[in-house]
Amino acid sequence: MAELDLLTSMKRIRAVEERIALRYGEQKMRCPTHLSIGQEAVAAGVCAALTAADLAVSGHRAHAHYLAKGGSMRALVAELYGKVDGCCRGKGGSMHLTDRAAGFVGSTAIVGGTIPVGVGLALALKQQRSDAVSVVFLGDAATETGVFYESVNFAVLKTLPVLFVCENNLYSVYSPLSVRQPPGREIHRVAQALGLSAQSGDGNDALAVAGLASGAVSAIRNGAGPQFLEFSTYRWREHCGPNYDNDIGYRTEAEFEAWRACDPIPKLEALLDAVRIETLNAKVEQEVDDAFAFAEMSAFPPEFEAFTDLTSDVSGAAHG
Amino acid sequence: MAEMSYAEAIRDGLATALRLDPSVICYGLGVTDPKGVFGTTLGLEAEFGSDRVFDMPTAENAMTGIAIGAALGGLRPVLTHQRLDFALLSMDQIVNNAAKWRFMFGGSASAPLVIRMILGRGWGQGPTHSQNLHAWFAHIPGLKVVMPTRPADAKGLLLSAIFGQDPVIFLEQRWLHNARGETPQGDYRVPIGPSAQLHSGDDLTVVSSGYLSIEALHAAQFLAANGVGCDLIDLRSLRPLDLPAIRASLVRTGRLLVLDSGFATGGIAGEILAWASETAFSALKVAPARLTAPDAPEATSPALTEAYHVRAEHIAARAAQMLGVTLDVEPLVSRRRFAHDTPGDWFKGPF
Repeated sequence: MAELDLLTSMKRIRAVEERIALRYGEQKMRCPTHLSIGQEAVAAGVCAALTAADLAVSGHRAHAHYLAKGGSMRALVAELYGKVDGCCRGKGGSMHLTDRAAGFVGSTAIVGGTIPVGVGLALALKQQRSDAVSVVFLGDAATETGVFYESVNFAVLKTLPVLFVCENNLYSVYSPLSVRQPPGREIHRVAQALGLSAQSGDGNDALAVAGLASGAVSAIRNGAGPQFLEFSTYRWREHCGPNYDNDIGYRTEAEFEAWRACDPIPKLEALLDAVRIETLNAKVEQEVDDAFAFAEMSAFPPEFEAFTDLTSDVSGAAHG
Repeated sequence: MAEMSYAEAIRDGLATALRLDPSVICYGLGVTDPKGVFGTTLGLEAEFGSDRVFDMPTAENAMTGIAIGAALGGLRPVLTHQRLDFALLSMDQIVNNAAKWRFMFGGSASAPLVIRMILGRGWGQGPTHSQNLHAWFAHIPGLKVVMPTRPADAKGLLLSAIFGQDPVIFLEQRWLHNARGETPQGDYRVPIGPSAQLHSGDDLTVVSSGYLSIEALHAAQFLAANGVGCDLIDLRSLRPLDLPAIRASLVRTGRLLVLDSGFATGGIAGEILAWASETAFSALKVAPARLTAPDAPEATSPALTEAYHVRAEHIAARAAQMLGVTLDVEPLVSRRRFAHDTPGDWFKGPF
């Protein structure tokens, strides 16, 4: 059933990220890590509308999108540990995730950087007469980059099968929307003005997200061209790292508590039988235990791999 | 073989690739316009269709990222910029995504794409239509950078770039577009990496690339007529560099002169001199030398470019100086029959 699948997806993200936060201080996960806790419903809801043949890209806060799209949890945790079984063999870390089998093409660390990549994937899908879609996960700050406008313009021009999913969590690091965008700006209306079919919704309601995403994906598959969905949501923890930071002055405890009251997980749990939730919780905790045990056991990559994968040649070094 | 211009050789290379593989696409500002990027893309849209050959929005950065995505999705894109200077808007996508994709995802994927950039010179191109910033790209691990001189190499390197597995920056100097040469027909490929030897001699090793290799060839022929023998190594590829070929020549001649159309500071010539000083010091009979663009942008007025560029007479004079011989290079100046700021009578501007 849809509710259980959505809840499973969100709980997997929440549980692995809570574990990351718990163990981050051990200094074994030595990379900047941006947690999605509080924002799980967007990833879960959008990916519920997709198949493994559909493609997705994302940015620096990508654990949720990667997992919801079907990315391996073991390979995620091993990547954070810098191990050879990580999805990038330890070369990428938290901000560079990929699982091609699941259709998660890649996430990168530069804000806006994968927006054109997702549009280019859509160009390839269209040329190949595929009915798959490409999904670009982005945040509110990415809509301030030039490359966003350039990419959207081309997607609209060529009627490409791409779904832009904007998670508006109100902050870019510590900078609120008020210092970045004019008052009254609605991002989905900007998208509409650029020629995208655009809607907005509650990003903390997984069923609502899934409904909007399903409609948008169907429209794209039916040839309606690129779509844009804006979801309001909120990250609970600090921009980067495992802690809460409501005390440092850029946002208030009251604002955080108001958003925490909109936690997408209990909202869905209320619709399900308590025994099934217990079973699910146990299963998810077990998967997280397994992923961390896997990461701990995995070897570090051999030293020489610091110098491989530059180009298709054995050595890409200029002085090879 | 067919005799053709450099521009025609590039067009032939593009047409060959488009014909060979339906996943090849070709786009850029002006690619389908009546001028066809200096003739290099003329007629391709008519032959291969507007799904595969198309003009684009003025959005260099996104169109580069789109090429990366298209490549990850199985296409083989060729993106063209009528000036390298315009491509500077796409440095984020080139450096952070194209060059890194294979590495940062642990070798699980690569983005094979070709980015053609045309480099202007003279005839008023001025500060922002003439920059030879090839060293910027050659500095980046994960990119390949080629700068062909001869039409056959332009075609052969282009085909290797299109059908390779890596992002390749393909640099064409505008002054070479009308240069003519015998060019193999069909699917002709020149591997990316090895240099070409354009002249042979035992007294001096001259290393060059792109249009400067033409000036160097004039100088080498003039020097040979005056009893000085030069090896002229045309690099063809700036990353990777064919250092083994330079070493083999240097060990024999003991003298190294490197030419570079880029600025002196942080350039390719400096890199080669540093490498030679570090690894072949005992082979050097005299201090290695370089001739490069000055550390200043190219100005617009013809009065301000007369002394700006490295030309055959400067190369010959520097070579003679390194050999301690007296040589009057005036014949190299007086036999030039066209204005100093054009590559020949064929170039009447505007760009």
